[in-house]
Amino acid sequence: MTNTEITAPMAAAASKGRFSGAQQKLLAFGTLIILLIGFSLASPNFMQTTNILAILQATSVNGILAVAATLVIITGGIDLSVGTLMTFTAVIAGVVLTYWGMPLPLGILAAILTGALIGFTSGAIIAKMKIPPFIATLGMMLILKGLSLVISGTKPIYFNNTPSFPVISTGSITGDLIPGLPVPNGVLVLFLVAVLASYILGRTVLGRYCFALGSNEEAARLSGVSVDNWKMAIYALSGGICGIAGLVIASRLNSAQPALGQGYELDAIAAVVIGGTSLSGGRGTILGTLIGALIMSVLLNGLRILSMPQEWQTVVTGSIIIIAVYADMMRRRTA
Amino acid sequence: MQTVIEMRGIEKRFPGVHALKSARFDLRPGEVHALMGENGAGKSTLMKILAGIYRPDAGEILIDGKTIELASPRSAQAAGIGIIHQELSLMNDLTAAQNIFIGREPRRAFGLLDERLLNQQAAEIFKTMRLKLDPQATVGGLTIAKQQMVEIAKALSYNFRVLIMDEPTAALNDAEIADLFGIIRDLKVQGVGVVYISHKMDELKRIADRVTIMRDGEFVDTVPAADTPINTIITKMVGREVKDEPLQVPDTSKNPIALEVKGLRRGREIRDVSFSLARGEILGFAGLMGAGRTEVARAIFGADPLESGEILVHGKPQTIRSPHDAVKAGIGYLSEDRKHFGLALSMDVRNNIALASLKSFMRFPGRLDEKSMKNTAHDYIRKLAIRTPSDTQEVKLLSGGNQQKVVIAKWLLRNCDILIFDEPTRGIDVGAKSEIYQLLTNLSKSGKAIIVISSELPEVMRLSHRIAVMCEGRLTGILPGGAATGQEDIMRLATLRESMVVETDTEMQRRVG
Repeated sequence: MTNTEITAPMAAAASKGRFSGAQQKLLAFGTLIILLIGFSLASPNFMQTTNILAILQATSVNGILAVAATLVIITGGIDLSVGTLMTFTAVIAGVVLTYWGMPLPLGILAAILTGALIGFTSGAIIAKMKIPPFIATLGMMLILKGLSLVISGTKPIYFNNTPSFPVISTGSITGDLIPGLPVPNGVLVLFLVAVLASYILGRTVLGRYCFALGSNEEAARLSGVSVDNWKMAIYALSGGICGIAGLVIASRLNSAQPALGQGYELDAIAAVVIGGTSLSGGRGTILGTLIGALIMSVLLNGLRILSMPQEWQTVVTGSIIIIAVYADMMRRRTA
Repeated sequence: MQTVIEMRGIEKRFPGVHALKSARFDLRPGEVHALMGENGAGKSTLMKILAGIYRPDAGEILIDGKTIELASPRSAQAAGIGIIHQELSLMNDLTAAQNIFIGREPRRAFGLLDERLLNQQAAEIFKTMRLKLDPQATVGGLTIAKQQMVEIAKALSYNFRVLIMDEPTAALNDAEIADLFGIIRDLKVQGVGVVYISHKMDELKRIADRVTIMRDGEFVDTVPAADTPINTIITKMVGREVKDEPLQVPDTSKNPIALEVKGLRRGREIRDVSFSLARGEILGFAGLMGAGRTEVARAIFGADPLESGEILVHGKPQTIRSPHDAVKAGIGYLSEDRKHFGLALSMDVRNNIALASLKSFMRFPGRLDEKSMKNTAHDYIRKLAIRTPSDTQEVKLLSGGNQQKVVIAKWLLRNCDILIFDEPTRGIDVGAKSEIYQLLTNLSKSGKAIIVISSELPEVMRLSHRIAVMCEGRLTGILPGGAATGQEDIMRLATLRESMVVETDTEMQRRVG
């Protein structure tokens, strides 16, 4: 028998497998296009450059957090602490830059390293103490929320000593280079983070182990993979990315707001799920997550332009999450 | 003779493939009709059509001579057709009785459950099965074999006229299989027709009346079970003769020792196990279920902890606390449960082969060298004759034999000198089995030290250069391989309980030495 011979159900399933990845992205992407067209027809104000830039700016923080969440979710885990971790790193940046008066690069470094360290801690609690990710990161979420308030004395920390700080988010390098393209830096940061995460997921050992853990953690362990160490590395990476999100949001507000943060984790997870990443692990893409985050902010922006009351916007967002996951499941069943 | 089921000209296409080509099958009341074929031959697809799970593209299904449409599992159940799936589908936190009557619980007024009647009815079913089981026992706490029995009890509770059993004995030991066959004989007397899917040839002779053989989605032949030689059935299944060379035991006594373990202990599961394994040697591990063979293997591999004991690899003591340590020492373990412990099912062949060696494909700055991974995968696909359309095929879509080869490739690539195979041919069809045997023999010839754990005695005897036998966590003896040892010798050691050891100790020494 030759290598190319395959048995019947195999081939049937094989042809299924080949389309699913492309279809998954197509579905989310199609939804995004339909939303864009729908809102442009409904309101002439929607397709204005300023509005599009506002949408992108609004996507940046949630998008970065969603990228962080994607990495963890692909391993079959979950991270509920991304929102309060973001706030915590912003507060740390505030302490380093405003209280201690250190230069900007040190503040940036401190925020990212703090994020990575906290992520690593969550990973260690999950991997070494064998506490389920949901519980471990729920605990971490509350701990960080509390610590942010304690460290800041419950008051916002303003970045008055660092005049260049707001540039991280609201400035525009592209606008300086090409006057017609004033994309805010926050969006560029999101773009860079996404490219980096995509590269790590698709091309590196760490990324491959993300999928292997989500697909079958025990098989990976029995293959001699140091599952615990890799898991901690993934949570640390995810935490570091949350640190970047912390810098972006603090820069946009020109302050670290210690009470902010809770609720962001659910928006991030929603974006991941709309983007077709499976909560049971083993499957997912950064591109899908980006599209998911865009769908959420386009929807909110569009509904606002159509003057829908804010309380109703939330209802629509919730419905979209359910519809998106249902559509994804139906596609999987019929494919 | 009257038929209860007749399937004619059944066609089923899945995207890109013709799964059933004018397949046919018939079943008489009160008979056991075995359905045989390699994985992918279409037996499961055909039976899923009969159970209403799939709809056929064309063809006719007749019950009692009348055409019937089986649109859903529910309509098949209404027509008196039940299926016991290979994978158990019980709710672990409910009791046996609650599982059996799930969705059909006896009720009293106001929607209250009649728990007493429920347990009573379950007890009655267990009684007809001659099964000693507490209806109020939580299913999750039962052995796999008992769970299988609960699954069967559930099917019996429907009073089906046709019962499809897909590999019902996969998790059962000999005594339990005998019980199951007793139940099947009772069903026959009641006029129930049983469709029996199994890979175990010896079971056919014991239980089946007729055998239908399928290959590549087509009907091959229906023969009487009693007077058809097994070899004829196998030849019809694979469409060619299966060559099985007799075992030649090489002299490995002068080879260097690859693995030596001394005094391994953990509670009652592993009790003072010591043995050594030479390069180029295949050491078989025989024993009944629960004898501790898998436990010893997992402990050597670092998957489970040890209380005490020493492990020497190539003469050097090694501290093995995790599979990671074991792999570094050159030990690979192929689990009996490939799907749970061996493969990342949703990943492709290429990545599964590379899974234990990913770091060696790492280039600056952490990038994976996909091209070299691809070439390596192609290399092993050719060397081990893995049947897959490409190296990017998801492994869950491969047949059992080819999945096993992927796991073997993974360890060969990792350059492991010591390979532990736990039930290497479980769920693998006959044709692929002899390929795996050949592969193991070739690996030993190339100098690998191999441990084979198997519950099938013919398999242990077919492969092993020496046979270690375990009972209740102890190594009760090591027998020479080849024609010198018979099944009875192994069985005697496998049932040598502790109380008996003292009396037979001297005899043992003589045998082992």
